[in-house]
Amino acid sequence: MNPLIDNLGLVLEALGTTLLMAVVAGVGSIVLGVLVTVARVSPIRALRVAAFGYVQFFINVPLLALLLLAVFALPDAGLMLPLTPTAIIVLIVYEAAYVAEAVRSGVNTVAVGQLEASRALGLTLAQSLRLVVLPQALRAVVQPIGNVMIALAMNTALAAAVGVVELTAAVNKINLVAAQPILIFSSAGVIYMGIALAIGLAAGRVERKVAIVR
Amino acid sequence: MVSLRGVDKYFGELHVLKHIDLTVQASEVVVVVGPSGSGKSTLCRSINRLESIDAGEIRVDGEPLPVEGPALAALRADVGMVFQSFNLFAHRTVLENVTLAPINVRRVPKVDARREAMELLDRVGIADKAGHLPAQLSGGQQQRAAIARALAMRPKVMLFDEPTSALDPEMVGEVLDVMASLAAEGMTMIVVTHEMGFARRAADRVVFMDQGQIVEEAAPDQFFDAPGSERARSFLASVLSH
Ligand SMILES: Nc1ncnc2c1ncn2[C@@H]1O[C@H](COP(=O)(O)OP(=O)(O)OP(=O)(O)O)[C@@H](O)[C@H]1O
Ligand SMILES: [Mg+2]
Repeated sequence: MNPLIDNLGLVLEALGTTLLMAVVAGVGSIVLGVLVTVARVSPIRALRVAAFGYVQFFINVPLLALLLLAVFALPDAGLMLPLTPTAIIVLIVYEAAYVAEAVRSGVNTVAVGQLEASRALGLTLAQSLRLVVLPQALRAVVQPIGNVMIALAMNTALAAAVGVVELTAAVNKINLVAAQPILIFSSAGVIYMGIALAIGLAAGRVERKVAIVR
Repeated sequence: MVSLRGVDKYFGELHVLKHIDLTVQASEVVVVVGPSGSGKSTLCRSINRLESIDAGEIRVDGEPLPVEGPALAALRADVGMVFQSFNLFAHRTVLENVTLAPINVRRVPKVDARREAMELLDRVGIADKAGHLPAQLSGGQQQRAAIARALAMRPKVMLFDEPTSALDPEMVGEVLDVMASLAAEGMTMIVVTHEMGFARRAADRVVFMDQGQIVEEAAPDQFFDAPGSERARSFLASVLSH
């Protein structure tokens, strides 16, 4: 018998934590990533520089280092949050950098004429971005954002290292007792593959639905 | 309605507008012609500040062009612009293209915006395409939709930058007809075009540009039948021989 099935309650609860982190951090990172992109294309130089710095910082620092920093250093600085929310926040700010890169490449695919036409109609820059540029940019990068979401779902496993009892931590714990590492960890791997597959398929569906006929 | 005084514009070293003076009265239709690269588009685009100018002054309805921000947006709302490449919003239906700015800029209630948009689409002959995406329309239909989109803002003046240059020849007429009817209704228009027939038919005045300068301004009959400058003569000879 598969020890994961013997410990189904624990596995399901841990899977729930994994999915919760993936979904909340996924939505959060898309929202934050779009905001960072807006800052990156804004006419205000300070915002552009800050957004560029943000992206560069998070793309060049390991996620595990950020998790360790947040879990062990923030409480020292007087910021106390439960483990899972802390991990979610770190995932949001980290993955937002990758989302921002994807969205920016989408912005670059929007013809300048689209922005000119909306400015010529009297829309402000903010309105032009919200109503014309971003909707088209996002439609162009559904797959790349889907890939970031897959990476994010896989990256939730790193939260195990700072004590969050998500899927990887739970199966690790089960293996300490059952000692069947090949079976246990490949089963967990299959679950992660299922998550990745689901995100990939969802991204494909969304992409087909929102694709712009040209 | 529109006045340019001593307008200079550079692209780096290139002096594209050289001390341009031009006044367009309300209800006047001014057609701008000239060889490629003479600065016609730049002139047109500077009037709603899609291009900034380096010297001189541009006024629309007596108001100097604001530099940036909400005041500039408000001015642009009053100046309609039609582009060579249509630039319809690719992700919105034709109807939504027309209602977007009235709803978001003028704060027109949605039902009213839709009703007015349908009237305009009907007027340009594509009411049956209201629910289509721009890509599902022919070039001529797209350009007529773009004209309806600009008209929906009830502009004081309309700028056209080669509105028919991207069209297949058989679609040029349908767009020019819409423009001619607008002109006949008293819309103030500045039209950059290579369609000399339209200039003759609809223009009150033809402005001939070459190398960033206004070389000649005249009534269409006079310009086409007896151009005053050598440059205009050779330009006309080259266009009419095509
Ligand atoms: N954004 C730009 N940057 C640099 N040079 C430019 C830019 N836009 C136009 N130019 C140059 O400025 C000059 C005038 O261009 P403009 O587009 O106004 O000419 P035009 O009369 O409209 O020509 P056409 O009939 O080909 O449309 C040209 O030499 C052009 O190459
Ligand atoms: Mg041009």
